Amino acid sequence: MTTTAVRSHAPATRSQARQYAGLAAAAGAVLAIAAGSMFVGVSDVSLPALLAADPATVEVFWISRVPRTLAVLLAGMAVAVAGLIMQLMARNRFVEPSTVGTVESATLGILVVTVFAPQAPVLVKMLVASAFALLGTALFLAILRRLPARNTLLIPLVGIMLGGVVAAVTTFFAYRYDLLQTLSNWMIGDFSGVLRGRYELLWIVAVLMLLGLLAADRFTVAGMGQDFTTNLGLNYARTMRLGLVIVSLISAVVVTTVGAVPFLGLVVPNIVSLIFGDNLRRAVPWTALFGAAFVLVCDIIGRTIRYPYEVPVGMVMSVLGAILFLALILRKRNA
Amino acid sequence: MREGTTLLPPAKKPDVKGPAVGAKLKIKAAIRNASPRLVVGVLLAAAAAVVCLFLFFELKGNIGYILPRRAIKVAAMLLVAVAVGVSTLLFQTVTANRILTPSIMGFDSLYILVQTAMAFTLGAAAVVAAPPTLQFGVEVLLMVAFSALLYRWMFTGATRSLHLLLLVGVILGSLFRGLSSLLQRLMEPSEFIILQDLFFASFNNVDPALLGVSAVIVAVVCAVVWRARHTLDVLALGRDVAINVGVDHRKVVMRVLLGCSLLVAVSTALVGPVTFFGLLVVSLGYQLCRGFSHAWLLPIVVLIGAVALVGGQLLLEKVFGFGTALSVVIEFAGGILFLYLLLKGSLK
Repeated sequence: MTTTAVRSHAPATRSQARQYAGLAAAAGAVLAIAAGSMFVGVSDVSLPALLAADPATVEVFWISRVPRTLAVLLAGMAVAVAGLIMQLMARNRFVEPSTVGTVESATLGILVVTVFAPQAPVLVKMLVASAFALLGTALFLAILRRLPARNTLLIPLVGIMLGGVVAAVTTFFAYRYDLLQTLSNWMIGDFSGVLRGRYELLWIVAVLMLLGLLAADRFTVAGMGQDFTTNLGLNYARTMRLGLVIVSLISAVVVTTVGAVPFLGLVVPNIVSLIFGDNLRRAVPWTALFGAAFVLVCDIIGRTIRYPYEVPVGMVMSVLGAILFLALILRKRNA
Repeated sequence: MREGTTLLPPAKKPDVKGPAVGAKLKIKAAIRNASPRLVVGVLLAAAAAVVCLFLFFELKGNIGYILPRRAIKVAAMLLVAVAVGVSTLLFQTVTANRILTPSIMGFDSLYILVQTAMAFTLGAAAVVAAPPTLQFGVEVLLMVAFSALLYRWMFTGATRSLHLLLLVGVILGSLFRGLSSLLQRLMEPSEFIILQDLFFASFNNVDPALLGVSAVIVAVVCAVVWRARHTLDVLALGRDVAINVGVDHRKVVMRVLLGCSLLVAVSTALVGPVTFFGLLVVSLGYQLCRGFSHAWLLPIVVLIGAVALVGGQLLLEKVFGFGTALSVVIEFAGGILFLYLLLKGSLK
C-alpha cells in the first residue's frame, strides 16, 4: 500500500509542476495583454512618452489606464469565480449570477438607495445592493430545491425569468422616479468611467474570490445534496450560506462599481471545464485567469471597434456571451 | 400538481380569485360552463365600455385636438390586441403547447434587430426616405425566413424538449437585443437621433402613419385565419392527427408562421416589444372558453387583449398617473405567469 502511494507520488508531482508552469505562462500572457491594453485609448499614451516621464502622459496613465486595467482584471476574475461557485452549488452548468436573478436584485437594491437616500456614500449603496442580491439568490435557491434536479435546462430558464420579473419591478420604479438613464449604468457594465479613487472598492471582490477559491471543493460537496454533505462531515447549511454570501457580494460590488457583465460567469467555467475537465482544484485558478482574459479582450474590442467612441464591455459581452451560451446548450444536446 | 401550487406561494398569485377556496372553485366551474356566446357578449360589452371611457373620460379643453389623439392611441392598442392575441394563439396551436409564444421565442427582438441592421447598413436617410411598405416588406421577409429556420429545427431535429426550445428562444431574444443595442451604439450619433423614434416605439408614442398599413395587414391576415379556423382546430390536435385527417401539415404550418410574423411585425412596429402580453391573454382565453374551437377562441382572445390593454392603460394613466409603464406591468405579471406555468408543468 505504501509502495503504491510512493510510486504514484512521483508522476503526481511532475504533472503538478507542469500544471504550475502552464498556469504561470497563462498568467504571464494575461498580464501581457493587460499591459498592452494600457496603451489603447483616445488620449495618446505611448511607451517612450511614459518612460520620458512626460507629465500629461504619466497622469493619464496613473489616473485612468492603470485603474481601468486593474478593475477589468479584478471584475473578470471575480465574476468568473462567482459563476463557478453558483454552478457548483446549483449543480447545474448553465447558471451564473446574471441568469438566476442575483444581478437584477442587486440593481433593484441600488435603485432603492438612489431613490430613498440619493446622497448615500457608495459603500452604503454597495451594502444595500448586497442585501438585495442575497435575498434574490436565496429566493432562487429556495425555488431550486423544489425542482427536479435532473432537469438541466429548466433551472436556468426559471432563473432568467425570475431575473426578468425583478428587472420589471426595477424598471417600473426607475420610470416612476425618472432614473431610467441612471439604471442603464448598472445594467450594462462599462469600464470607461473607472478612474483612480472610483474603483478601489473592487478590491473587496479579490478577498471574496480568494475565500471562494479556498472553499471551492466544499461547494462541490454541498452541491451533491444535504444528506451527502452531512455524511462527509460538512455543515451543509453553513456551506451553502457561505457560497450564497460570496456570490451575492461579488455580484453586488461589481454591479455598483462597473455594472453588470452578463454571461461571463457562465461561459468561462464551461470553457475551462471543456479544456481541463472537471478536476476542480485545477479548474479554479484557470477559471479566474480565463475570466480576466475574457473581459480584457472584450474591453479592448469595445475600445477599438468604434474608435474614438467606446462601446461598453457589457454590450460586447451580451452578444459574445449569448452566442457562446447557445453553442454550449446545443453542443450538449448533440453530444 | 396540487403539491406544486401549495409549495410555491409567489407563483400562485395570478390564480387567486377569492379568499374562500370553495367559492373560487364554484366561480371557476361557472366560467368553464358559460356558453362562449355569453363570454364573447360580456367581453364585447367590457371592451366597448373601456374604449368609450378612454375616449370620453374627462374630455375637457381643446376637444378637436385631444379626441383625435386619443382615437389614434385606442386604434393602435386595438390593433396590437388583435395582432398579439391572434399571433400567439396561432403559434401555440401550431407548436401544440400552451407556453411558447412568438415573443418568448425572440420574434419581436428579431424585428427590432432587422430594423436596426437595415438602418445600420443602408443609413438613416435611406430608411427614412424609403416607402414604409417596402421597408415593412423586407423586414417581414427576413422574419419569415427566420421562423422557417426555427420551425425546421424545432420539428425536424431530434429535439422534442420544450425546455430546450424555451431556453434557446429566450437566449436568442437576448442575443438579438444585445446585437441591436450594439449596432445602435456603433451608428453615427446624428444618424441615431433620426432613428430614435423608430427604436423606442411605445404605447405613448404611436406613429399614426403606420396605422393605415397596419390595419390593412391585420385585417387581411385575420380574414385568412378566420377562413382557416376549422383547419386550425385540426392542427391543434397535433401533427400526426392533422396529417391523418388530410391536412397538408407542412404547408399550413408555414402559412400560419407567415401570418404570425406579419402580426408580430405590426405590433412591434406600433408599440415595441411586449414579451408576455400574448401569453397572458391566451392563457386567460383558454380559461374562459369552453372547448377549444378557434371560432370562439379567436374572438375571446382578441377581446380580452383589448380590455386588458385599453383598460390597463386607462387605469394606469387616470388612477395611478403614469402611462408608459403599461408594458412594464405586463412584463411583471406575464413573467410571474410564465414561471407559474413552467413550475406547474415540471412538478406534475
